[in-house]
Parts: sequence; C-alpha cells; structure tokens
Amino acid sequence: MAKERIQIMVCGGTGCTGDQGEALLDNLKLELEANALENSVNVVKTGCMGLCSMGPNIKILPDNIIYTGVRPDDAREIVSEHIMKGRRIERLLFTDPGSGEKLATEKELSPHRKQLRIALRNCGIIDPESIDDAIAHDAYEALATALTNMKPLDVIKLIKDSGLRGRGGGGFPTGIKWEIAFNNKSDVKYVVCNADEGDPGAFMDRSILEGDPHAVLEAMAICGYAIEAAKGLIYIRAEYPLAVSRLNTAIRQAREYGLLGTNIMGSDFSFDIEIKYGAGAFVCGEETALIHSMEGDRGEPTVKPPFPAVSGFREKPTIVNNVETYACISPIILKGSEWFSSIGTEKSKGTKVFALAGKINNVGLIEVPMGTTLREVINEIGGGIRNGKKFKAAQTGGPSGGCLTEKHLDTPIDFDNLIAAGSMMGSGGLIVMDEDDCMVSVAKFFLEFTVEESCGKCSPCRIGNKRMHELLEHITKGKGVPADLERLKNMCHVIKDTSLCGLGQSSPNPVLSTLENFREEYEAHVTVKKCPAGKCKDLMEYFIIAANCVGCTACARVCPVGAISGERKEPHVINPEICIKCGACMEKCKFDAIIIQ
Amino acid sequence: METVKLTIDNKTIEVPKGTTIHKAARELGIEIPVLCYMRLDDLNIENKPAGCRICVVEVEGRRNLAPSCATSCEEGMVVRTHTTRVLNARRTVMEFILSDHPKDCLVCAKSGNCDLQSLAQYLGIREIPGEEIAEMSTYRKDTSPSIIRDLDKCILCRRCEMMCNTVQTVGALSAVNRGFMATVAPAFEQNLEHSTCTYCGQCVAVCPTGALTEVDHTAEVLRALADPAKTVIVQTAPAVRAALGELFGMKPGTLVTGKMVTALRALGFDYVFDTDFAADLTIMEEGTELLDRLQRHLSGDKSARLPIMTSCCPGWVNFFEEYFPDLNDIPSTAKSPAQMFGSIAKTYFADKIKVDRKDLVVVSIMPCLAKKYECQREEFSVNGNRDVDFSISTRELAAFIKQANIDLNNLEDGEFDAPLGESTGAGVIFGATGGVIEAACRTAYELHTGKKLERIDFTELRGLQGVRSATIDFDGLPLKIGIAHGLGNARKLLDEIKSGKSQYHAIEVMACPGGCIGGGGQPPHHGNSEIIKARAAAIYEEDRNKPLRKSHENPFIIKLYDEFLGKPNSEKAHHLLHTRYFDKKKKIVVKH
Repeated sequence: MAKERIQIMVCGGTGCTGDQGEALLDNLKLELEANALENSVNVVKTGCMGLCSMGPNIKILPDNIIYTGVRPDDAREIVSEHIMKGRRIERLLFTDPGSGEKLATEKELSPHRKQLRIALRNCGIIDPESIDDAIAHDAYEALATALTNMKPLDVIKLIKDSGLRGRGGGGFPTGIKWEIAFNNKSDVKYVVCNADEGDPGAFMDRSILEGDPHAVLEAMAICGYAIEAAKGLIYIRAEYPLAVSRLNTAIRQAREYGLLGTNIMGSDFSFDIEIKYGAGAFVCGEETALIHSMEGDRGEPTVKPPFPAVSGFREKPTIVNNVETYACISPIILKGSEWFSSIGTEKSKGTKVFALAGKINNVGLIEVPMGTTLREVINEIGGGIRNGKKFKAAQTGGPSGGCLTEKHLDTPIDFDNLIAAGSMMGSGGLIVMDEDDCMVSVAKFFLEFTVEESCGKCSPCRIGNKRMHELLEHITKGKGVPADLERLKNMCHVIKDTSLCGLGQSSPNPVLSTLENFREEYEAHVTVKKCPAGKCKDLMEYFIIAANCVGCTACARVCPVGAISGERKEPHVINPEICIKCGACMEKCKFDAIIIQ
Repeated sequence: METVKLTIDNKTIEVPKGTTIHKAARELGIEIPVLCYMRLDDLNIENKPAGCRICVVEVEGRRNLAPSCATSCEEGMVVRTHTTRVLNARRTVMEFILSDHPKDCLVCAKSGNCDLQSLAQYLGIREIPGEEIAEMSTYRKDTSPSIIRDLDKCILCRRCEMMCNTVQTVGALSAVNRGFMATVAPAFEQNLEHSTCTYCGQCVAVCPTGALTEVDHTAEVLRALADPAKTVIVQTAPAVRAALGELFGMKPGTLVTGKMVTALRALGFDYVFDTDFAADLTIMEEGTELLDRLQRHLSGDKSARLPIMTSCCPGWVNFFEEYFPDLNDIPSTAKSPAQMFGSIAKTYFADKIKVDRKDLVVVSIMPCLAKKYECQREEFSVNGNRDVDFSISTRELAAFIKQANIDLNNLEDGEFDAPLGESTGAGVIFGATGGVIEAACRTAYELHTGKKLERIDFTELRGLQGVRSATIDFDGLPLKIGIAHGLGNARKLLDEIKSGKSQYHAIEVMACPGGCIGGGGQPPHHGNSEIIKARAAAIYEEDRNKPLRKSHENPFIIKLYDEFLGKPNSEKAHHLLHTRYFDKKKKIVVKH
C-alpha cells in the first residue's frame, strides 16, 4: 500500500458537480476514513475531465483507471473493491459506443486517443484549488523563465513565431496583437482576459478556469510583462460561480506566494489581477463591448479602429485575449515556438478545444491538434452518431458559425478551412446534427439566439435579424413562397456586409450555410410545404395506412382531441382539421399503421 | 498638419489625417446619405455612433462595408460610395428601419421635416418587403409638460442621448433594453417628468423623426381665439422672428418681424405684443440687482454673493434647481421676460383695458420647450390663473399660420401694438448667446457710471464658443463677465462657483447651444450650424437697425415705472417681477 500513494481524482466540473459529484466526493472520504485509509489515499477534486455526458467521473491514479457514471452510493464498492482489493469494477467502466467494449485506462479510452492536451493540460489532473498542486505541474515556471531569461520583445517574438492565433473566434495572431500594444507607449496598459463565454453549448473557457485557473493568471502576467502592463482584468460572466470562486482562490494564493503583486519573484515587474463581472450579455464577448461594459457603460460595441491594442480600457492600450489563448502561453514559453508550430496546419498552429454537443455519443470537452478532420472528431472521439442515425451536419462556431456537411467530413479543421467552408472556428462549439434535424429549424434556432442577444445598436442586426427570423418562422409554418429564399439570401448578405460588430456580421452564417448546403430542404418547405426531416409541426400530417390498420381503436382512445374515427376492426382515419399533431396515436399503434406525411 | 491621400469614386483627394470618409467625399462634391450622424460644426457637437449603417461605403481591401461617418481616411485608400453593392445595402437597411417604423406620417408632427421620410424618398423606397409579417417594437407613450416621447418612432440614432448626456450633461435619456426592443429612455424607463429632464428640448431639436416632439398647444390657443368672451394677447420672443421664415422656404437668417406681426393679427389675436419689451424690463430689474449686489459685495457685505447669474432661461433654471439647489441664491431673482410680460399683462395692462385677468388670455410664441413647463409653474399663477396661459413654439406657430391659409411670404409688414410692443435693440439680442449680458452691460454701465456709453456693441461677448469670458471696463471697475451656452458648459461654471474658484462678477447662461436661436422649439437645423449662425446674424442686424438700443431708454418702460412700478427693484416690482427657486433634486422613485 505504502509503495505509491493512491489518488482518487473526482471530476469537479460543473456537470459532474451538478450531478451529485460533491456527495460522491464526501462519501469517498467517509469510506476511506471508515477503513482507516485516509492517510494513504488522497481524494482530489479536479477540473473537468471532458467526459461530460457520462459523469460523474473519477480517475484512480496511479492505475489510471477511469470510472464513469459513478453515483454517491458507489463509493463503498470503489473503496472496498478497487482500493482495497485491487479489483476493477467492470460496471463502472466506460463502454465504447461503437464496439461495446469496456475500456478502462485513459490511453484506451476512445475519446482520448486522438486528443492532444495543451490548453487543458492540467484539467482533470490537478486540484484547481491548490497552488502547490499547480506548481508541481509546472505552473509559474514559464513566468519565471520570462522574468529571468527574456526581455519583453523576446516573449513577443516567441509568441509570434509560435503562430498562436486568438482562440476566441477571430483567429487574430496573438503575437502581433501583443506587439501592437507593446509599441503603443503609455504610462498605463491593461491585460484583459475575455472569459465571457456565451455560445450556446460551449464550455471550453469555463472548464479551463475551473480546472486550471493558474494557467490563465500566469499567462496574463507573462502578457503584462511582454507589453509592459501592470494591471490585469478578467471579465467573467457572473453565471460561472464555480469558475469565479476558483479564480478568486487562485488569485489570493498567487498573491500570497508573491506570484502576483509587486516585484514578482524579486524582479522589477509588478502585476496584479482584478475580476470584473459581466451580466451575461453575449455581445460583451466582442472586445469593444466588453471594454465598455468594464468601464461601467452600456455593453455595446464601437467602431474599430481604434483597436483596443491602441486604445482600449480607459483609452489605454489593452490586450484582450480569450481564456484558451492564455492557456496556451506557458507551454509555448517552456517548450518553445518550434514545438508549438510543429502541431497543426500551415496557418493554424497548435490545438483547439471543442465542446462536443448534439446527436453524438460522447458529449464533452476535447482538445485536438488543428487539422484533425471532422470525421475523426465525430467518429473516433465522439463515438459516432447517437442511436446509429445518419450524420447530417455539424455546426461550428456557435450561432456565429455555419454548418459543415458530409462533404466536409474529411476537411482538416482549422481557421481558414472553416471560413472557406462558410463556417468559422468561433470559440469552439461543435454541435452535431443527424438526419432527424430540420436545417431550416436549426438556422431559425441559432438566429433566435442572435435576435435575443443583439445589443440593438446598429439597424441591420437589431431589425434585420428579427425580420430574418420572422421569415424563417413563416417558412417553417408552410407560409413561405419560393421568392422568400432569394429575399432571405439578400438579407443575409446585407446584414453581414453592414453590421457594426462581429455579432451582426456573423449572425446570418447559420442561415447562409444551410441555404447553401441544404437548399432542397428550404425548397421543400416553400414549394410542396413539406419538412423532409419531419420536424416542422405545421408541415406534417399524421396519416393511417389502411392496409396496416386492424381497427383496434387504441389510437382513437388515446387521441386527446377526438380527431380519429373508425369502426372497430375497420381501418381508422385521422381528421387533419382536428389533429393537433401530438404524436400520441403513433406511439400507441402497435401495427406501424400511423405515419407522418 | 499630417495629410493622407486617397481615392473616392476615382477622384483623388488629400485631406488632414483623421478626416472621415464622409467629410472627404463631401469636399469632392460626393454626397453620402446619413441618418444617425449629425455634426454642428461651430458648436463642437458630433453624433457618430455608426449605428444606422446608411452611410456605408466600399473600401477596397475590406471584407465589409464601412460606415463613412466613422471611418477615417487612410493613405492610399480606395473608396467607392455608390456601387450597386452599396446601393443595395442602403436600400435593404432602410427597408429594415422602415419595417419597424409607424406609417402614420399623415398625423405625425415631424411630417415634412422628417429625416427618415426624406431619406426614404431619396432612396426611392416604395414598399417594405415582408411588412405583413413584421412585428413592430412598441413602447409606452410618455407625455410630460413640454415633451412627448413616442418611441415607436425611435430609430435609435442616439442623437438625443448624445445631446442630453454629452452636451447638456443632464443625463435624462440613455439607451435601454437590448436588441429589437432597444430604445432611448430615462433610467428605469420612468416618465420624463420623473427624470432629471430640464425640458431644454435639445433632444427634440435633433430628433430625426417624430419620436420626440413638443406638446402641441395650438388647439388650446385656437379655442381661446374662438371664444368671444376672451381677450387674447400674444407675445413673441426675439429668436422667433429670426427663424420662422425658414419654415416658409425663406433663407435662414431672414428676419420676418413685420410679417409675423401681420400674421398674428390675421390669426385673430387682439393685441400683438413683443417679449422684447419685457426683455427691456428684465434688464432694468436684473441690471439693478447686479449693481446692487456688486456694490454691496464690494463694500464687504458677505450676504451679497457673486457672481450673479442670469435667470431668463427656464431650461437653465430647471438645471440648477435639479443639480445645484445649494446655489439657489446665486441666480438673479428676476423672472424670465416671458413671465414678466405675463405678470404685467394681467395686472397693469388688464387694468388699462378693463378686462378681468380671467378673461385675458396670454399666449407666448417661444423658440423654447421649457417655456411650456415654465408657464405651468405654480408660482407663476394667481389663484390658479396663469400669468402666461399657453406657450407655443416657433414650429407650432408656423403650422398654425399655414392652417389658416396665411401666405407669410407675401404679407405686409405690421407693427407691434403699444404699450407692450415697444422695445430696444437690447431686448432683441436676448435671442443669441451673450445677448442678455450685453444688454445688461449697456444699461448697467450708464446707470453705474452716469456716463453715456459710446461703444454700444460689445462684440467681445458674442460668438459661439461654449464658454466665453470678457472684462468690461466700468469706468475703472473691471467687470468680469462669463458666458456659457449649453448646460454642459454651464455646469463647468457652476462647478467653479461651488469650489470657490469663480472669478466672475456676472454670468449669462443659456441652456441651448447658440442661445434661444438654437432653442428646442425652433425649426429643425438638420445638423447645419450655418443656420444657427445666420439666425444670430439676423438678431444682431435687428438690434443695429433699432433707433433705441439700451433698455433704460425705452419710453414705455420709463412710463411703466412712472405709472405703475415705481422704480426698479421696488416692492411692487419685487412682487410682480421676481421669483424664487426650489430644491428639485430628484430622488430615485420608480413610477409609471
């Protein structure tokens, strides 16, 4: 027992914590105490491990065994079987959705095989509330290297050479941004971390902040050193309470250790970080809007130029980088620009974190080298489409992105290829859709989000998106006409062309790319008034195939509105005038006699 | 000066660095339409949120169209302002804007003077695609004593917000809500009446649509005129005659004093008087008060605080009552000329014509919206009967004249009635910033020194600079004068007073940029400051042409004191012509 200390890592991500992860953690500790093992087995609450759909998850070191879907009651068995007797608990192992195989170690686990973790390097591995644990995993070593061995311009050159591009959506080269801020001489400069993650279904930044807050603090300090700023600000949405609390803890600890504050590590460099809370407006992820929000003004964008690196927070040179961008900085300093630029594609270096969501088996957080194909992400990491359905499309870039289709499955994913395919990297949301999804409704869904989240400052975004949403609504109700599609396309182009900020400029992307890739689906809606995916309620009709109907009357009895009539043992009929399309009859029918037309 | 060279529509131009594409194009004779953008050159007022996206242009090398109002010219830039891509974008964006705008132009106060309407015509929009399924953003209509907010018509140009916050520092209006429901409103969407609004009307003056308009009192005036039991008299403020003609197609700066008098008589007013008369009266009272306070102050009387500040402007009065109630003893206690007129009309004049004040209706024609609120102040009425019954703006008068089928252009010049229609040049210049203090100097100098003033034109007090100062030699006594127009500028002077750093003996404040000629009730200037300058020139021209140019020389003023008031600042004068101020600092009360 004493030869190597055993560690039980309990995922402390929001998903697992929300599903009784805390209770599991407590039970594990109680069980260990009951067996007098509390001194030989360490229980650690980590950040997100990435297997979100299967949580709560735990990992036992040094065996490197991962258990998924662990309930608080399983604590007893884990301690008595695994810890005390060294026996694996088969039922808690991960089941590969493809082969049905039980997979135990991280290396075996299919979702992990293609992954390369740089930004997420410590997530799920360290205790995010312990600075000692972080330091044991190399935290602040890069800052020490920069402060002792490098001049600010050396740091900037290294980041430029690494080819790191902003992970927040735009993909602007980070090193160049830093250089601009460096060259703008000013008594005061600011380093801002944009943690206003707002894409529906995205939780990359939250996971990094919850799992490895020191990675961000360290990188902000490095950035401060590089551009000669003494003040850092983290703009984080108040709806991320766990991330906020871990950040606060991390900042406090870093100050105590002299890693933030005056004369860091005995150098002339001083840097401190303050947290600013956002109220959760999506548009505040746009850097000028974010800055106005931090200044106490209405969170709405202003025209660029001037860019924040020239005139930002309080009109001083300001670097605004995203959480994931910062999370890549320290490894680049420690391992060099060549190492980083050897990963990825020609113009997109390094890795990218994606939040996998939608109709996919392994929903969760992944980090893959740039250039990984969509097919690899969906089939190998994501474990394929749920319920063996057919892949239809994948939405990248959240509501600002577009959809990729079957023809894009083997395109290497990077900044430029996604734009060429009519989508964008965005912050890394990846939502997978199957054959049951109506692409007109999907576009409508994303547009609804932008309509909600528009700040209202410029007219194309404020009114144009609303009008486009109304038109899509009209089409999905079967009231559209073929000419509407051309109108829709014109609206898309004008809104993209004339909107003030990135939100408006990208908001038509879901419509435009579905129009482009699934034109026939739109046409079906406006010509024959049918929804090929059978999703648009107003366009479908329940119908009884007389040949299959035995006249059991089950459907007529379950119908809540009395739309079904027919004699016993005679084929029944549905009156479409009365039918409310609830689907109860179809569910009830044992003879597959009811279909949707 | 650093310059950049660029090409706009294949024409090359060199402009100073920082010049916008819009301005550079204009220099080339290329007109790019704008909607939200507004600039008043000499007043240093600019609104460029780049929100409407009408002025977009193509810039080579840029992915998206650029707003020409907010994009600076760069070296080597190649700009195209009217390509098919641009024209289609402008049209589509305009269709969006119109799709969320009511189509009640027939009954809209702004019809004919609406920037949105003109732009729709310019862009040739004849239908709004998708109108039948377009939801409109609708809001609660808000009526205050002076201003109506009908936000259904708001296009979010943010001009009012800029005027209210940046220029006036009043902070009553700002953007609220998000997305489709975004609009401009007081905090917590309170009614304007419960906000810090001063009713200066500058939001109305710049609103491109009918979202912000004055409360129209023409109907009440019409009813009074139609009532045979009422004697209806009218007074016209100095700034009105310098702007009214614009609404009848005349060149800005055309004086229409005589035609206006004839038109008012034709409308049925029993007596047509001039607020300028009361302006002369104001100078007698305020000038005397100034000299009294100055002399007491100089002789060491601590209760005589300096500087003395003018009090003619009701927007300004509202401002200091709201923001600086602790300085309530600084402004002159003299009522505004319009209220002095009302007070004299309903006492001295009513007695003269033997009409009971209840049957005498006093109407004022003002370039101002705060005047509407001013006449509703309780202290300006006797037993519920107001000294000035109704105040209508220059715009309302123009509409009224048109309704009555009076062709202002072809009217003969008429003369104001006596006795309340006679005035000096000093009364006229009240209409421009610096005018009140200049008029006061003309009289105070002669009263103080006992000498004849040789140089009547104090040109050092004129101009459009936001804060001005001058020292006038009162025969050995250097009188330090400060002038501010625009409430933001006034705030600077008040802050100085508050911190004890003010060096002035007397200060004139006008709430509106340019003074009354740029008032909230004037014809729209559509962002052209040349119009405001032309109005000022007209005011000074009228002054120059007057036989008498000092208030104390007005024979009817002399007669009024002889027959009725005694002397300036007498007890009777105090009772009728002076007022007091209140602490109106708002507590935050959310009420609808």
